[in-house]
Order: sequence, then structure tokens, then C-alpha cells
Amino acid sequence: MSIETAGFGALVIVLVMSVVTLATRWGGVFVMSYVPISDRVKQFINAMSGSVLVALLAPMAINGDNGARLALLATAITMLLIKKPLPAIAAGILTAALFRQF
Amino acid sequence: MLDSDAKLHEFNRQTVWAGFKQLVPISVFVIAFGAAFGLAATQSGLDDASIVIMSTLVFAGASQFATLELWGPQVPIATLVITVFAINARHLLMGATLYPWLRQLSPAKRYGAMLFASDANWAMSMQAFSRGQPGMGLLLGGGLALWSFWVLGTWLGIYFGGAIHDPKSLGLDMVMGCFLLAMVVGGKKNLRLLIIWIIAACASLMAYWYLPSNSHVVVGALAGGVMGTLWGEKSNEH
Repeated sequence: MSIETAGFGALVIVLVMSVVTLATRWGGVFVMSYVPISDRVKQFINAMSGSVLVALLAPMAINGDNGARLALLATAITMLLIKKPLPAIAAGILTAALFRQF
Repeated sequence: MLDSDAKLHEFNRQTVWAGFKQLVPISVFVIAFGAAFGLAATQSGLDDASIVIMSTLVFAGASQFATLELWGPQVPIATLVITVFAINARHLLMGATLYPWLRQLSPAKRYGAMLFASDANWAMSMQAFSRGQPGMGLLLGGGLALWSFWVLGTWLGIYFGGAIHDPKSLGLDMVMGCFLLAMVVGGKKNLRLLIIWIIAACASLMAYWYLPSNSHVVVGALAGGVMGTLWGEKSNEH
């Protein structure tokens, strides 16, 4: 099932996102008042939270132009070297911009 | 875990305001991220009102950026729900780890304090509690700081982003990808996580090529999650 993004559809999508996110903010507290979250569930959640980002990025890196690939590479390297997200993101954008000028 | 009789869990206007001020330096950077989101969302075709409402009500950057990836004339609802849930599932852990102190509050205060939970204010609040200092003011006040600067930044991104005519030649279509990648690379890294991420990436690409469109996020996330339970970790994090 899909929602049209025209008209009020966009607002419905935003509300769905809000409810899901609120459920995650309240859910841990709520569940803990009945059962402690097991280590196995914790491991699943921890592994999943990084994996979802990787899953989003993989097709972007494979299907993107070389500008996109170099941008991601520059971001990763900057992040590994100086561990600050803003310079890392700036390096990526700058790389893509410079590459696409030629 | 500390579960002392000291009134560490209590908060009032003063401690919330102190928490707000303590998170302001970090929040300045949040403005920049918010602006990047506002700009990226405009490029994805969202109308201005929806973008501001999204930042106001959702207040979870990575999931908002991820939603832009799904944006088109139609958005598949199941994929949207699972993607947002998977990215924000770490909030479940935040609530669970703060529970020893939250449970001493009334339900209204308990759930109220969690409304603005996000990475930075949760981490600072946990640090405070583990040092035996009160942390609820940091959680709520700091959250309010992050939230207000996130919304302000989003608005700035929409307002000034419209002045840019060819975002792609300036590399601005990469804001989202670079943001998400910086989040991945900036987190904890070890061999176990690297293997989990490789599994997630391969599963995502397989799904991207061979399964219905937009299923790759969910498939990759679940594959990574399952791998995480198969290759357990000696637990002492969180």
C-alpha cells in the first residue's frame, strides 16, 4: 500500500513517521516496566541501527556517478581521520562539486 | 546501575534550563544539519510546511534523511514504517537504559522526559547519572535545545536553499548520503560490526536488484540485525 505525496498525503506520511518515532522513544520505557530487554534483543537492535544506514548507502555507492562515489569516499576518510561529522560531510560535498566541474 | 535514594531523577525549571544551556554548543552544529535536511528535503520535492512539521514532530535526523530516499509521487507505507522504526530503534535502548531513574517519576513526567530523547542529550544524561549527578534536566532541557535548533536549522535550509539553481553541480545531492555515512563511520567500529555491515550491504544490493523496489532497506537492516544476534557480543555496552 502506498500514500500519494500530493495534497494532504505528505502530511499523513509525516504523522505516520511521528507516531512510529514516538513509539520508539516511549517503547523502551514502556516495555521495561514489564520485562527487562534481553541481551539478544539489545544485540539485534544495535546491529540493526547501523545496518539500516549501510543498507541505504550501498545502492547509492554502486549506482551513483563517480562524483557520488568520491564524495562518499572523502566523507569516510575525513570521518576516520578527524572524527567530526560536519567537516566530513563538507569534504564529501566539496569533492562531488569539484569533480563535476570538469 | 545506580538506583540510589538520592533524588537524582528529580527535575525542575532550574535543572531543565541548566541542561538546555549545557547542550547549546552542540546545538549550533545541529542548525547546520537541520539546514542540510531542509535543503535536501526541498530537492526531494517536499512542500515547505511538511518539511517544518516533519522536523518539529519527528525530530530524528537520520530517519528524516532516509525518508527522503523513499520520497516520490507515492511512498510505500510499510517500507516507510519499517525504515523509520529500524533507524530509530536505538531510542528503545535509550528508554531502557534510563529506566532505573525514569521509573521513580510519575508516568506523565516519565514519558514527558522521553519526548525529546536523542543521541547527544541521552548520552550526557547517562554520563551524569553514572557520576551520581542528576541527569533528567540534561535529558529534557538538552533535548529542548537540540529540538529547537533542529527546527530552526530546517527552516533556514528551506529558506536559503531555494536560492540554489543547480544543486547537483554543487554536490548538494550528496548531503544526505554523506550525512548517513558520517553517522555510520563515526559510531563504534570493530571487526564484528564490519562483518555485520558487509552482510547488510550485500543483502541490500541483492534486494535492490532482485526484489521489489524499496525493499532493500528493510532486507539489509534485518540481515544485519540477525547477523548481530548470531554473532553475539559480550555485553557491557549501554
